[in-house]
Amino acid sequence: MTEQAAASPGPVTADTAEPLLRTDALSKHFKIGNTLSRRTLHAVDDVSLTIGERQIVALAGESGSGKSTIARLLARIYKPTSGEIYFLGKPLSRMHSRPDRLKYASEAPMVFQDPFASINPVFRISHGVLRALKLHRPELSEQERYAEARRVFEVVGLVPADQALQRYPHELSGGQRQRVGFAQALAMRPRLIIADEPVSMLDVSIRIGLLNLMAQLRDEQGVSILYITHDIASARYVADRLIVMYAGQIAEAGPVEEVLANPRHPYTQLLVSAVPDPRAQPHVGAETDRGEPPKVIDPTPGCRFRWRCPLAIDICQTVTPELTQLAPDHDAACHVAQSGAEVRAFS
Amino acid sequence: MAMMPVSTEVGPSTPPVIAAPGPRGGARPALSRILRAVRSNRKATVGTVLLVIFILLALFPGVIAHDNPSAEIYGRSLGPSGTHLLGTTALGQDIFAQAVWGTRQVLIIAIGVGLLSTAIATVIGVAAAYLGGWADGLLNLLTDVLLVIPLFPLLIVIATYVQNAGTVVLVVVLTLTGWSYTARQLRAQALSLRNRDFLEAARVRGERSFYIIMVEIIPTMTSLLVASFLTNALYAVLFGSSLQFIGLGDPNSVSWGTMLYWAENNEALQTGQYLWTIVPGVLILLLGASFALINYAFDEIGNPALRPVRRQRVKRAR
Amino acid sequence: MSSVPADFPGSTAFPGSTAFPGSTVASRAADLAATDSAVMLEVRDLTVTYAMEHGTVTAVDQVSLDVDSGEFVGIVGESGCGKSTLLFAIAQLLGGPAAITGGSVRFKGRSLVGLTDKQLAAVRWKDLSVVMQSAMNALNPVKSIGSQFKDAMRAHGVRSPQEIAERSAEVLKMVGIDPTHLNSYPHQLSGGMRQRSMIAMAMLFTPDLIIMDEPTSALDVVAQRSLMVQIKELQQQLGFAVIFVTHDMSLVSHFSDRLMVMYAGQVAELGRTRDVFDDPLHPYSRGLLEAFPSIRGPKIRLTGIPGSPPDLSLEYHGCRFAPRCPRVMERCQTTPPELYRVDGRLVRCLLHEHGRDSAGIDSAGIDSAANDTAESETKAETDQDVRSEP
Repeated sequence: MTEQAAASPGPVTADTAEPLLRTDALSKHFKIGNTLSRRTLHAVDDVSLTIGERQIVALAGESGSGKSTIARLLARIYKPTSGEIYFLGKPLSRMHSRPDRLKYASEAPMVFQDPFASINPVFRISHGVLRALKLHRPELSEQERYAEARRVFEVVGLVPADQALQRYPHELSGGQRQRVGFAQALAMRPRLIIADEPVSMLDVSIRIGLLNLMAQLRDEQGVSILYITHDIASARYVADRLIVMYAGQIAEAGPVEEVLANPRHPYTQLLVSAVPDPRAQPHVGAETDRGEPPKVIDPTPGCRFRWRCPLAIDICQTVTPELTQLAPDHDAACHVAQSGAEVRAFS
Repeated sequence: MAMMPVSTEVGPSTPPVIAAPGPRGGARPALSRILRAVRSNRKATVGTVLLVIFILLALFPGVIAHDNPSAEIYGRSLGPSGTHLLGTTALGQDIFAQAVWGTRQVLIIAIGVGLLSTAIATVIGVAAAYLGGWADGLLNLLTDVLLVIPLFPLLIVIATYVQNAGTVVLVVVLTLTGWSYTARQLRAQALSLRNRDFLEAARVRGERSFYIIMVEIIPTMTSLLVASFLTNALYAVLFGSSLQFIGLGDPNSVSWGTMLYWAENNEALQTGQYLWTIVPGVLILLLGASFALINYAFDEIGNPALRPVRRQRVKRAR
Repeated sequence: MSSVPADFPGSTAFPGSTAFPGSTVASRAADLAATDSAVMLEVRDLTVTYAMEHGTVTAVDQVSLDVDSGEFVGIVGESGCGKSTLLFAIAQLLGGPAAITGGSVRFKGRSLVGLTDKQLAAVRWKDLSVVMQSAMNALNPVKSIGSQFKDAMRAHGVRSPQEIAERSAEVLKMVGIDPTHLNSYPHQLSGGMRQRSMIAMAMLFTPDLIIMDEPTSALDVVAQRSLMVQIKELQQQLGFAVIFVTHDMSLVSHFSDRLMVMYAGQVAELGRTRDVFDDPLHPYSRGLLEAFPSIRGPKIRLTGIPGSPPDLSLEYHGCRFAPRCPRVMERCQTTPPELYRVDGRLVRCLLHEHGRDSAGIDSAGIDSAANDTAESETKAETDQDVRSEP
């Protein structure tokens, strides 16, 4: 059920080599309710995804789809209920010692969504970067740390870096604060940056700058990025691969152009049709979908999209579809699509 | 047409301005920021001025009051005059000298209790919030038990047991009974901070819990910490003086509370020696008020939503 | 007037509401016919300032806008541009340090500024209602939806429980919510449903104008689209005008008749939506439009708009967008642009001071009086060259 590792430019990944990050049937359940009615919320169910080197993978879905939970599982804020995460072949569940945990924290740092809450307001913005350097690169002297802080600030475009380092967070705009977040991550020399909706709370005209920064980090610094978003258009702009999530499971995955041009899963088609494109002609189809993603509490087997899917057939009600390959490097979890029929649910 | 480079400048963009004010939004030194805040807020100004006066009195009592406060050498129960500004007590002591010299002990108790209570409340409150789980439950139990016990009776029991409580004992007793109140508040705020992104960011960065509590959480709670200090100082002034008034303090020490004690013992109000009772009473009131005023002002300074709002004149309909 | 085809799929016949005072379908149509060309809302040179500690901030600077009956007007801008303040000012909801310090707001011929609360209450909700940003958090969490509708109706003089129940069920059906949810509490409904119930509440008295402040910003893209379609449908059926404030230009593009782009408290551009989208005249509108990556069509590298919006507590000599403008000229730093009329649109940009893209010719120092708008047509060809960008 795993995706194929992406064939990326550069000699790093081949089909059989271990990818940068791989999850295997990853699940996360939360207990909700009180002692009288204990129920289980299935935030993430059975997710197997792969991230290669020098790659931006977009994880897209509505709220409640599980994408933020996956970010937190990968950042080790949550522990998986079941399944495993492999980083460069090593399972995370075996990393107990502090040196191991620190090492992983430096290789897969996270950038948060809210630029106004993700930096401690009391200290200068150099604080986070310098602390990160102190923790993860103890071999550096104080001067070297400062020089490195300057360097990463320049890489993310916060110039002049010397001045920038002295500022307090409230003096910076939202876009600048998010760049600080990326600088903090870069300071640890990561292989993978987990970016949890990094541009959602920024003004539209600022977003492009940060998306361009992410592409630049991939190209010039060789960093992979897991870009979590609900905005498909931005995913298309910056990502190499797209994974669409619905109700805690992967609905579809593949190269971003391919998935958006030929979406196989009805949910992907719904998402694509719902994205407003100012340059396209106004286009209103038979809109019956009310846009209510489900809360997955104690789910029964069967496709979780079946209540909203106009193409649902009998098997969708009883058997949960598995993610299977439908075209080269293009997987989808849909019984109808897998049966070979042409899927045209939402236009 | 060349594309604009994507780098960003730090700080506000620089439009053509008429009068460029001082470093806008720059990090002015904390002291000047505080001074400015105090001047602009009336409550803060009054409270601070009062407090400064009291501090000066405590630091340099001899400069202002030349008489020995304890010496019972003056004429008894004299009214106010040139030599005795506030008169004398029934034992022949100069009331003005007593009032001035008494400031020292009261302030020591107030500040001592304020600092100690806040320190304990912070450690317990923040640890409870951050550690959660059984540690939280245990610390909460401790806090709640102390909160529920009626305060004054507890104080009396302890002070009676100790007998002739001097300054140190008073500070200890007041601290032990007072920290639980602000511990609750600090825990509540720490809880609300617990899931802030910057704390998660610190955790993801690999910081240890102790570091996060001390360096990341506590500094962001400064306004509440100051409030806690002021609240506990106020509590110490009032309850410390009360303990002394009912005779559980050291009656030979010079303090406002002991003045009240002796005045009561000598039936000052009934025999017309009003100043003996009123003077210490008013001083307690003023010092307490100064703490309270500064506390309010701090709230307003820290939280702009609480400030009194200037309403503009609305244009009438045309 | 609308950009949606008449055979709009999914439209349901409007349930004839009879018992409700003054808003039967028949009389509504009659109203519209009589006042078809009347301007519903007339905002002229509206100025709103905030009295802050360190000075006054002009959040809205001489904004003028007309809204015809049944028109859908979108107001677009980023954070700090003043669009929400403008909305609050129109609805007379400003409080505290903010106040209208200039200009006028006339609704159906009557000035709203300076009315007492009592006079405003008569207008509010009956003729003009407001849907706030994140309206789903504006619902009282301890009262059911039905009782909140009841409160609103009773506040406006509707007493009969039967009328209240009927109308409540009616408006919920209009927004696509099952009327059994009248007994639900807000937390039992999803975000999309809460938003819809706020819109339903705004329509209780079928007002002539509904003002919406980012009603979709907290929703997912599918719910957002569904809601927009629903609003447009209702507007078609019931004929009310809408002012829709958002930061998401692409969202409003398919639904609004006219579009206003705001920047730093001023109107940057105002015109028919399609015109503004196909051919934005103001460099900010263009930059904003180009900041949206396309989901179809060729993939090109975009640049966004560098810099940040200006600090409104400062005074400016020239154009407020000059520091960030890719087509800035020297004059822009010293001469504040007025709103110029170009091709039926209003643009606040010196580039179009004397008609479409006149500044390209003008910057050579030719006497501006010699150029008049009659010549703007002949400049069309040079426009193409000047405006093409890599």
